[in-house]
Amino acid sequence: MNRRVVITGMGWVTPLGTEIEAVWQRLLKGDSGINLITIFDARTYPTTFAAEVTDFNLRDFLGDHHAAHQTCSRNAGFALAAAEMAWRSAGFTNGSQVDPEMVGVYLGAGEGPIDFDNFAAAALAGWDPEERNLNTKRWAEVAYERLDAVREFEQDPNCAAGHIACRFNAQGPNLNTLTACAASTQALGEASRLIRRGDADVMISGGAHSMIHPLGVTGFNRLTALSERNDEFASASRPFDVTRDGFVLGEGAGILILEEYELAKQRGAKILAEIIGYGSTADAFRVTDMHEGGRGATAAMQAALADAGVEPSDIDYISAHGTSTEENDKIESLAIGQVFGERARNVPVSSVKSMFGHLIAGAGAVELITCVLAIRDGIIPPTTNYKHPDPNCPLDYVPNKPRQAMLKTVLSNSFGFGGQNDTIVVRAPEA
Amino acid sequence: MSERRVVITGLGPVTPIGIGTESFWAALLEGRSGIRQIETFDPSRFDSRIAGAVEDAKVADYVPKSYRKASKIMARDIVLAVIAAHQAATDAGLKTKCLIDRGEADGEPNIDSRRFGANIGAGLICADLHELAEALATAGVDGTFSMAKWGNEGMNTLTPLWLLKFLPNMLACHVTIVHQAYGPSNTITCGEASSHLAIGEAFRTIAGNTADVCICGGAESKLSPMALMRQSLGKRLSQRNDTPETAVRPFAADRDGSAVSEGGGLVILESLDHAKKRGARIYAELVGFGASNDAHSPGQPSQPHPEGRGVAVAMKKALRDAGLTPGDISLAAAAAAGLREHDLSEAKAFQTVFGERVSELPVMSIKGAVGNNGAGSGAIDFIAAILALYHRTIPSTINSQSPDPACGLRVVTNGPIDANIEAAISTSYALGGGQNAALVIRRYAE
Repeated sequence: MNRRVVITGMGWVTPLGTEIEAVWQRLLKGDSGINLITIFDARTYPTTFAAEVTDFNLRDFLGDHHAAHQTCSRNAGFALAAAEMAWRSAGFTNGSQVDPEMVGVYLGAGEGPIDFDNFAAAALAGWDPEERNLNTKRWAEVAYERLDAVREFEQDPNCAAGHIACRFNAQGPNLNTLTACAASTQALGEASRLIRRGDADVMISGGAHSMIHPLGVTGFNRLTALSERNDEFASASRPFDVTRDGFVLGEGAGILILEEYELAKQRGAKILAEIIGYGSTADAFRVTDMHEGGRGATAAMQAALADAGVEPSDIDYISAHGTSTEENDKIESLAIGQVFGERARNVPVSSVKSMFGHLIAGAGAVELITCVLAIRDGIIPPTTNYKHPDPNCPLDYVPNKPRQAMLKTVLSNSFGFGGQNDTIVVRAPEA
Repeated sequence: MSERRVVITGLGPVTPIGIGTESFWAALLEGRSGIRQIETFDPSRFDSRIAGAVEDAKVADYVPKSYRKASKIMARDIVLAVIAAHQAATDAGLKTKCLIDRGEADGEPNIDSRRFGANIGAGLICADLHELAEALATAGVDGTFSMAKWGNEGMNTLTPLWLLKFLPNMLACHVTIVHQAYGPSNTITCGEASSHLAIGEAFRTIAGNTADVCICGGAESKLSPMALMRQSLGKRLSQRNDTPETAVRPFAADRDGSAVSEGGGLVILESLDHAKKRGARIYAELVGFGASNDAHSPGQPSQPHPEGRGVAVAMKKALRDAGLTPGDISLAAAAAAGLREHDLSEAKAFQTVFGERVSELPVMSIKGAVGNNGAGSGAIDFIAAILALYHRTIPSTINSQSPDPACGLRVVTNGPIDANIEAAISTSYALGGGQNAALVIRRYAE
């Protein structure tokens, strides 16, 4: 079976807004979506800033359908809103253009934010400082009282995919992958495989996440993975710049409609791009670090290129994982060098995490959307805040200003904690 | 549609009734239950105080010496997966790095790391409540949590690697490190459907020639105060606290819920060529996979589709994929967790797919013995189905002597019975979220 997979719709909820075109223009201008954290009081945290989604109201996106989904978590709400925009932009209505059993969902969505205030209250009530032990009886009394069944349930990472299935009557294959920061690239790659092999005709795919909550920021601060440049937060995300000091947490969602090529043509859908290759590997090295030689990252890019049947010389632009951490940026640059050889320095590489921050599970999906827009407009979004080159990062990072370029074939990387590597190759639609 | 044939060559169950194929199968044949009163913490304030614990599960016994240190950053879910991986690889006769380093396999690896993939289902791993409560308590001011104090000092009482214990992909991460699997890797988080989806996707990965061998399945622990609380709030649990061993009653008229448990299972899937080349024992051939969503009621934790629509769609797809008809199936291994509405919904799906023949079709569920651990439950169910087919024996579905006529199924309660099973179907569904998946296996023949 040799079915082709095309992208026919896109939607996103990002720290720079929710409208595809408006956000795209802000990215090309180099705007920063980073500001002080307002979701909770982070003033005493090592990191006090993040790239939050502001002024978001799910009702604005779902209209009459809002009531059925009003209990969903923050990240599932982002996913639903993005899916609504994507579905509409693909030209689907709620009519029966496609067999519902052949419409699936594959997300890389995170868990919903923990109900922190109530959780903390129960924890404090249950902790016995004298015994240095948790009194589960006392804990349970408070937890029963304060925690809510639906709110707890909605934290499950499969809920966003469930809500989307319900909203669009998608009775086909329904999966959620949670491979940390690689999740939504993984979801999109796997979803394209589902269509290719005939398990579905249409896939609603992408990812969503929000870890801007008290324990999320705590976890990353303890790992010393976040930038702590509290006095220069707007320019704190500095992928590939030698002064970078960690990533900036973002939140949001990106959803794309993937569709079998013949079906898309038949219903006259506008084809935005074609997914031609996908590769997934594990470093299988260390829980805490990427493989020093970039083994898994290199293999993922090579696998995606082989899957696409293209050569490294065919790649016109690389949307980097580019987190603004020393380890990622160095090893990703090394891996690109290994895959592209002497040509590596001539392939433009950029990271929109410099503006969006890092959407964790949702990152790969919003980045793939930027790839599609870059192909469409023949313009590469910049890596902003790039002022001081790092000798360990010797590539062309499209610093600070967008660049016009004819883009036919583009590669997008996502790497997750624990050594999870995923790469997608997309190509311009046929003229 | 599968390009290459895929067979099952290794099983690694880690369950409340036994670790490893032999003890697990022996317990199933004896009809033993692993559900007990909870002893690992004081459950007295919970409505449901019973659970299935995996005993003697120490990770150091299953990893190379050099890796023991890493157990400090393993949540219980990860420990269960690492043990399951050891069991599955051993059972398959794979010579992975782990088994060679432990002196349990001789010579060189008999598998190319680059063609060795992983797809492991995981749950929303609950943070260790004891550890987190102790840390949060340091930020208390007059009994109330102070975010300011937490940010300033409290958070520093958590170990720097704290977050890494609880990321769902850490199951696959540790397993791939220990066994040196560099190939396609994935982590599916779809509640109780996770294992089936992970195994089904791994099946496709091998069939589509992106890997030769995959370690796949799932693991989770719901034996913790937080997980028990979440299940209690969702009203999913049996309250037969005085009779834990007979509390969970799949498809029975008097079922009143499930019991939390811990466990998991990983299986080794392999391309037929690869298995033959190394002379592996073949338990069964994996021939069909189907997945679906109810598209019915997210946000309603306890309400499945009333007609079992999604489960039926998944089964129909899996049968079509296998090129089989319902009449070819001689065993159904149901997910049946013992919940009132969910069991009925699943039973209706069987009625839809099998029609009148449903009253003849032997059905089994092992939940009375192992409870519900979440993401690892499906893999344990699937392993039980594989063993039943391989040994031509259907174990009893314990605690279900009084079948619910509304379910209308032929639940095997007088087992173990001899049964020449040619093909079997194994079903799963998430208790919330609407995900469903089914797998079809067939007795291996050239």
